[in-house]
Amino acid sequence: MSVFINKDTKVIVQGITGSTALFHTKQMLEYGTKIVGGTSPGKGGSEVEGVPVFNTVQEAVKATGATASVIYVPAPFAADAILEAVDAELDLAICITEHIPVLDMVKVKRYMEGKKTRLVGPNCPGVITPDECKIGIMPGYIHTKGHVGVVSRSGTLTYEAVHQLTEAGIGQTTAVGIGGDPVNGTNFIDVLKAFNEDPETYAVIMIGEIGGTAEEEAAEWVKANMTKPVVGFIGGRTAPPGKRMGHAGAIISGGKGTADEKIRVMNECGIEVADTPSVMGETLIKVLKEKGLYDKCKTH
Amino acid sequence: MNIHEYQGKEILRKYGVAVPNGKVAFTVEEAVEAAKELGTQVCVVKAQIHAGGRGKAGGVKVAKNLDEVRTYANEILGKTLVTHQTGPEGKEVKRLLIEEGCDIKKEYYIGLVLDRATSRVVLMASEEGGTEIEEVAEKTPEKIFKEEIDPVVGLSAYQARRIAFNINIPKELVGQAVKFMMSLYTAYIEKDCSIAEINPLVVTGDGKVMALDAKLNFDSNALYRQKDVLEYRDLEEEDAKEIEASKYDLSYISLEGNIGCMVNGAGLAMSTMDIIKHYGGDPANFLDVGGGATAEKVTEAFKIILSDQNVKGIFVNIFGGIMKCDVIATGVVEAAKQVGLKVPLVVRLEGTNVDLGKKILAESDIEIVAAESMADGAQKIVSLVG
Repeated sequence: MSVFINKDTKVIVQGITGSTALFHTKQMLEYGTKIVGGTSPGKGGSEVEGVPVFNTVQEAVKATGATASVIYVPAPFAADAILEAVDAELDLAICITEHIPVLDMVKVKRYMEGKKTRLVGPNCPGVITPDECKIGIMPGYIHTKGHVGVVSRSGTLTYEAVHQLTEAGIGQTTAVGIGGDPVNGTNFIDVLKAFNEDPETYAVIMIGEIGGTAEEEAAEWVKANMTKPVVGFIGGRTAPPGKRMGHAGAIISGGKGTADEKIRVMNECGIEVADTPSVMGETLIKVLKEKGLYDKCKTH
Repeated sequence: MNIHEYQGKEILRKYGVAVPNGKVAFTVEEAVEAAKELGTQVCVVKAQIHAGGRGKAGGVKVAKNLDEVRTYANEILGKTLVTHQTGPEGKEVKRLLIEEGCDIKKEYYIGLVLDRATSRVVLMASEEGGTEIEEVAEKTPEKIFKEEIDPVVGLSAYQARRIAFNINIPKELVGQAVKFMMSLYTAYIEKDCSIAEINPLVVTGDGKVMALDAKLNFDSNALYRQKDVLEYRDLEEEDAKEIEASKYDLSYISLEGNIGCMVNGAGLAMSTMDIIKHYGGDPANFLDVGGGATAEKVTEAFKIILSDQNVKGIFVNIFGGIMKCDVIATGVVEAAKQVGLKVPLVVRLEGTNVDLGKKILAESDIEIVAAESMADGAQKIVSLVG
């Protein structure tokens, strides 16, 4: 088992003819992801990387039976691409695009209320279920199949965590990048809930960063509902207030969103937080051993 | 993106938000001329810098005649203001806003901002105007009123009215206040603001509701469709190194320390600063080279890092996913040669083609200290910088 995606997930690529999309379509196909189609308005009927191209998402879904899409459409048109995926009633839309205007996302979120589609992102590395399905831009080879769920606001920091786990012989069920924007689709709690319900996931690493209060809310949820151990890490402990640290969402403003506050709340809620990013894996292993889960999680 | 108060007021005026008459002045003569044109008895000389707390730092003066305008303009122009938002080095005043004085009866606070928890824009207001809203929120949270705005229908009149009554705007002025808030919301949406803060909003003796100050910030991701806003950008208010970095699509932020950092990915870049600090060092910058770093980008990143005189060493921390380690290694070697690197350089590479990357670094004639992990790299650069 896994969360959100598995070996049977049929995926279409929105904006498939763009150079970034093409590159990653190739990578995803190589990983074994079932890419069944792509869209590019005006290029319907053609084929790229052996994948049929359609003019609209509706058409692509009808022809291929896809249930998920990955969006590489440029920022000015990305919100519209998400709406198109939602309208086509896909189960999952993963938006990789960064720099989408935040007010576009405010509208998208409103439109999505009551709709069936789950949005992951924008501005995220995507979702991967090792050895089954990779949707996004993460390097596939660092992942190993296993029993630890990973959820993160940051791309390279997720790679760092996954790499540490794999090196230590701890595999992953699914790694979900929820993205670094202030308004996003799936949040920490959505993913934690899914991991909590997934019988194959025994523990979770949650990687946050400064800005907003999503980590605090997630920690409270963990305390009240989570039956599996969660360890965490928060990036940006030393970031000065009022400065945007790369991600649109990573900013301490009005005294809110500091790393220390997040770490305090997480600790209070029973989440052990790694002191430095280089001990995320170690911290998890320590907790796994304490809970008697280490042998079950060790893959080699 | 930030703009000056007078520019914010120009935008608001176009949307029908009531603001006092005023003019920008770059010299003392222009200031006096502006005051003459305004023709009011009293006018206010306001320093224009991209930071709050100007009043307390002596950047806002009320002049009762033209002589006083001249005196104050002389005093404030060229002065370096140090406020809680400028940092200890302060900011030099190069522009003034000369504005008609008004008879303030009461000060309020009105703000529009994105609420991340609900993914909606909220209208916030308080009758405790003129002070920091964070302070009000901390000491008397019951005095802050909020209205969550549905993006489909926009701000409704009843919401603005409810706010106006809640913050005790005089009954006869509620209509004006409602119009003020509705116009402010339209400006916020149409101009892709990230913050629109009116502090204070004032009610005057002659029965007007006006924005005495205006702080507008804009979503930098939306500037491609806000060409007129982009024209308001004042490069002198921004860090020269940050401007240079943005030309090459590098995300760079100056900090106080002496260890230059070059990292790929915002989260990893932030965490690299953290780990340097953890081992007793002090980062000189945040620098995310992004996912598609080329040799050229890496070279520019090095130049920018080294243009900071405080930098005594550089730590390169790359997790090459899609970005291949050999490409980065080549870029680092080239850059080090080009800039004639004289400070210690620690490189930690991980990810795709890592062995090839390490080989390139080892075989180059540049003195590079290789690190096995983030922690190892951070410890090494901290000890090298001393």
